[in-house]
Amino acid sequence: MKKILSYLYAACLAVLAVSCTQEKKLPIYGDREAKITKDANGNEKIDTIYKTIPNFKFLNQDSIEITQDTFKDKIYVADFFFTSCSTICPIMHRNMKTLFDAYKDNNDIMFLSHTIDFKYDKPSVLKKYAQKLGVDVPQWQFVWGDKKDVYTLAEKDYLVAVQEDNAATDGYVHQGWLVLIDKHKRIRGAYDGTKPEEVEKLKNDMGILLAEK
Amino acid sequence: MKGKNIGFRKAIVYSLFIGSIAMAFHACQSAGEIEMAKYMSNGKDLYQARCQNCHGKDGEGLGELAPPLTDTIFLKSNKTKLACFIKNGVNEPMQVNGKIYQEKMPAFKDLHDIDIAQVIVYITNTFGNKQGMYTYEQVANDLKNCRK
Repeated sequence: MKKILSYLYAACLAVLAVSCTQEKKLPIYGDREAKITKDANGNEKIDTIYKTIPNFKFLNQDSIEITQDTFKDKIYVADFFFTSCSTICPIMHRNMKTLFDAYKDNNDIMFLSHTIDFKYDKPSVLKKYAQKLGVDVPQWQFVWGDKKDVYTLAEKDYLVAVQEDNAATDGYVHQGWLVLIDKHKRIRGAYDGTKPEEVEKLKNDMGILLAEK
Repeated sequence: MKGKNIGFRKAIVYSLFIGSIAMAFHACQSAGEIEMAKYMSNGKDLYQARCQNCHGKDGEGLGELAPPLTDTIFLKSNKTKLACFIKNGVNEPMQVNGKIYQEKMPAFKDLHDIDIAQVIVYITNTFGNKQGMYTYEQVANDLKNCRK
């Protein structure tokens, strides 16, 4: 009887060990389509087409034009802010900086902050802001673009609400999401950048995403 | 045996006496202490709601964008200006902990004198500062002397 019990015990342990090693995977967000293709033998195959971030062209803090090529084969964290924002942006960037510090010099990870203040936040202003935040390095890109381009990208692609609002404290309102993008330009998570515990979760999820094959 | 007893009684009497003096002393202090505690706890709430996003949970500031609130000497020597900084914002460079900060600080026009007093008491008695009480009457007085 004792022997049977010990076998059972061992079996349980084995099951546990297996379930622990099963890797966690992040969800893939956004609309998706099914695409039916035929292989060489004429058999039908269904592919899932995920939503991806479309190509873009913005000026960064060094007035250099950047596109998605800058983020090729990297995972990155994107957000929308403006430099004269005195409400949620300082806390978002304080939290984002902890991620930056955690993954500093990791070549697979980048950060991308878009300004929504197309009138004032020209590259030179972004440059100063980046310097004062203490993150003026290529790993963290601050970008400026036309209102239409930035706002469309925010709302349609990164799914972050942004708008000009003269009634708001600093003239703009926006959401504080930090959006996690994978190497295939797909959204893998969105985290409230004003909450340290959500940012902590993002830090972990970045690790999970890095380990993904 | 008797001597011992008297000694014991004496000890009780003395300790009661000293105890009651201490209590009287303590009661005198507590009116002020309670007021201070009230300022501190309201000030903390205000700080978390209005100041912490830039100046940080521990008053550490944010890079060169927002100065830390840990420079006790700065706070002390600018004590009468703190209310003006909060109420009217700041649009001039200031040197804190030996570094120059040039970013604008927004004005908090909606804060009343009492709110400003409470948040100043909180800041000047936290983050390694210990500068005691600062009343709303002092705030009203300091605000009169703000540079326009």
